[in-house]
Amino acid sequence: MFHFEVVTNWIDALLREHLSEGWTLLIEFILIGVVILTVYSVLALILIYLERKVCAFFQCRIGPNRVGPFGVLQSVADMVKILLKEIIKINKVDPFLFRLACYLVIIASICTFGAIPFDKGLQAVDFNIGVFYLLAVSSIGVVGILIAGWSSNNKYTLIGAMRSGAQLISYELSCGLSLLAIVVLSGTMQLSQIVEQQADAWFIFKGHIPALIAFIIYLIAGHAETNRGPFDLPEAESELTAGYHTEYSGIQFGFFYLAEYLNMFIIAAIAATVFLGGWMPLHIPGWESFNGIMDYIPPVLWFLGKTFFCIFLALWVRWSFPRLRIDQLLSLEWKILMPISLINILLMTLLVL
Amino acid sequence: MKAIDDLLLQFPYATVEQKDKFYSVSVPKENIHETASALRNNDTVPFDFLIDIVGMDYGDTLGVIYILSSSLYPTYILRLKTETPEREDPLLDSLHELWDSAGLYEREVHDFFGIRFINHPDMRRLFLRQDWKGYPLRKDYDADPAINPIPMDNEDLDDMENIPVIEVNHGQKFEHQHKLFEADEYVVNFGPQHPATHGVLHLRVSLDGEIIKKIDPIFGYIHRGIEKMCETYAYPQMLHLPDRMDYVSGPINRHGLCLAIEKGLELEVPERAHYIRTIIDELGRIASHLLGWGCIAMDMGAITAFVYGMRDREKIMDIFEETCGGRLMANYSVIGGVMADIHPNFQRKVKEFIPYMRKMLKEHHLLFTGNPIARDRMDGVGYLSKEKAIALGATGPTGRASGWSNDIRKIEPYAAYPHVDFKEMLRTDGMTFDRYVIRLDEIAESLHIIEQLIDNIPEGDYAAKTKAVIRLPEGEYFQRVENARGEFDVYINSRGDKYPYRVKFRSPSMTLVNTLKAIAVETKVADLIMLGGSLDYVVPCIDR
Repeated sequence: MFHFEVVTNWIDALLREHLSEGWTLLIEFILIGVVILTVYSVLALILIYLERKVCAFFQCRIGPNRVGPFGVLQSVADMVKILLKEIIKINKVDPFLFRLACYLVIIASICTFGAIPFDKGLQAVDFNIGVFYLLAVSSIGVVGILIAGWSSNNKYTLIGAMRSGAQLISYELSCGLSLLAIVVLSGTMQLSQIVEQQADAWFIFKGHIPALIAFIIYLIAGHAETNRGPFDLPEAESELTAGYHTEYSGIQFGFFYLAEYLNMFIIAAIAATVFLGGWMPLHIPGWESFNGIMDYIPPVLWFLGKTFFCIFLALWVRWSFPRLRIDQLLSLEWKILMPISLINILLMTLLVL
Repeated sequence: MKAIDDLLLQFPYATVEQKDKFYSVSVPKENIHETASALRNNDTVPFDFLIDIVGMDYGDTLGVIYILSSSLYPTYILRLKTETPEREDPLLDSLHELWDSAGLYEREVHDFFGIRFINHPDMRRLFLRQDWKGYPLRKDYDADPAINPIPMDNEDLDDMENIPVIEVNHGQKFEHQHKLFEADEYVVNFGPQHPATHGVLHLRVSLDGEIIKKIDPIFGYIHRGIEKMCETYAYPQMLHLPDRMDYVSGPINRHGLCLAIEKGLELEVPERAHYIRTIIDELGRIASHLLGWGCIAMDMGAITAFVYGMRDREKIMDIFEETCGGRLMANYSVIGGVMADIHPNFQRKVKEFIPYMRKMLKEHHLLFTGNPIARDRMDGVGYLSKEKAIALGATGPTGRASGWSNDIRKIEPYAAYPHVDFKEMLRTDGMTFDRYVIRLDEIAESLHIIEQLIDNIPEGDYAAKTKAVIRLPEGEYFQRVENARGEFDVYINSRGDKYPYRVKFRSPSMTLVNTLKAIAVETKVADLIMLGGSLDYVVPCIDR
């Protein structure tokens, strides 16, 4: 099995051979930053194209098909357009907070993105409290959304921001609790460790019913975290035109847009890592030859395959269901998902004991 | 009918004329309120449905015609007329407390004729800007652009919130103004440019958190003055306008106008034309309901359902394109028949469409009607009682979802409807879900109607011969048709000229917006949008 560890370790060794400790770290930081930003934006382009094609499929349409073969260059063209667009100055906004908001949202998203293990060693941030870090950093996004809604000085954005505040804070509970169930099972919070532990079987199989319940709750709550339909109340385009980012234009809007798509990827990636084994190939204890064949598929492909499977589920739901109302949304969380998650942790603890 | 005759005997000051089931009652303006409340509040024939209010400029006097009907005897129509010789500051008693729909209609009369209604709670203009000079439907109106130049500024929202009220106490006239919203209310504009207003409707909504406290609809953003244009158009020219009012069920509107003119000319329309018109109407109704179904789904956030609705509607548009030439604006009915004979493919395509649509209806039910989120959203929201629906004049599927039997196709069968067997779709609960599902049921029933007609189109002419210049004999003509949204009525007052003296269209959508105002209070923002979708109004029909 080829791991990216080899490449990263080689680069590290090469730099250390010629440079001092400080310079090595500096160059590595810059390299990692460039790689992460590039992968981040390329993934966003792929996701936008994917979403448009999948949506078209569900709606009996063709989707983008003019720019490039099968329209694959459509989102590149859109990116160029959004980079060249004018950023409109809005009267009576709070200029500092207004500009700050979009950066907060995207920084939160990129920080979370850095912690995702694409492969063994292909992970920028690998704390021993990885799961905790993910939950903490992704919450900064809520602050960005609230600031965006408040500083725009617009009534739609304010309603959107308040909805989003209520929604994200509520659903973060279920999200955290369902991840906690797996932390209980694995006994570690470090993401690389969690993946390593799934070498014999993925947690969704290992954890029996509690893991399955946690997986489903995580998918629902995580989907709500990304602000996408049927949980897209903060932007509810038929009610609030565009919700909290109504007043943004040009690349500032682009940041929100990018963060929304990448958050979808991040949620799917965490689901894949924690429940479906991350980059770990499908191993069934006892079936040695089968496991050997599975190992021939590169781990990055395993990871992306699982992630895109989860993304497809999200898109499927997004394009099938009508939107919930705010009171239904909150009662779903506080009356159904949260109690179930709490009981589920208890079950998981009993199972581990 | 004897009961109505007896009732009218109570008014010794009234002049009564009767022609078949049409009563025409003229009363002096001092007695209008007394007469109207006696007609409204009696036990034998309560005239509880105010179909429309028509403002009139008779030349030397200004008048108002209240067109009334009773939900117990829907075939009888009573026209209550009054007039005032005063032209400088005409005042009449308001009847807004007798019928909930009267308030809006009286504002329309005020806007176009300058008649002010005493004790009316809201005497703003309805369609035109508050600073407009003159009253356009008066015969002495000066349309000089120097008087009303094209405004270069937006209308000030503060002006739109000042509500003038006129009260009369012991012969003394009091005028005062009050503000619609308090200074500290959280007022949000929905529209005129907003994804969910189904056109350019402007709703000023006062919110408490997510809860709606007050709604003030503002019309007129797409006002084209169709009624004024009609007064300068010859009858065949007029036909192009009703298509452009409720553009989603255009063929039915145009059919209604043709029927009104044919009634006046006493023209014998060939059976073939009647059949073709009926099929086209029903196809139009299906197309309109598919759009309405898609819109309510989209208003709830299910965009895919909207695309499915549009996909099926496209098949009807293709059929229209072949036979009528137009797609959205079919422009098909003409005075005496239809514009051209049906296309050779017409019958085959319609027959292919019927089983296709039945299959798709099943799919729509499966995908959306049974969806738990959709059911949760629609259940228990937006209750409209039968009495309220009648008082608000909420005709069409909205009224029928509340149990009010108001289908004009049954009450006054026109065209080929007497020859077909169909049911009037009725539900009793009056909830949003009923208004949603009744549209799908009506699609199924329309398919049933088309199925009976499509193979039995009689041979013969598709249009009767008419004179080159059409002059309608002097008199008043009134025709009711069942539009996809409710009762669409045409009132023509002719003085024997080749132009009508006054034309009034009853827009079913206008009362529906009034209904939204009544049922959306105390619901949430998300419900407001959904309720708007469930009432399915089309704004150009309101603004005319």
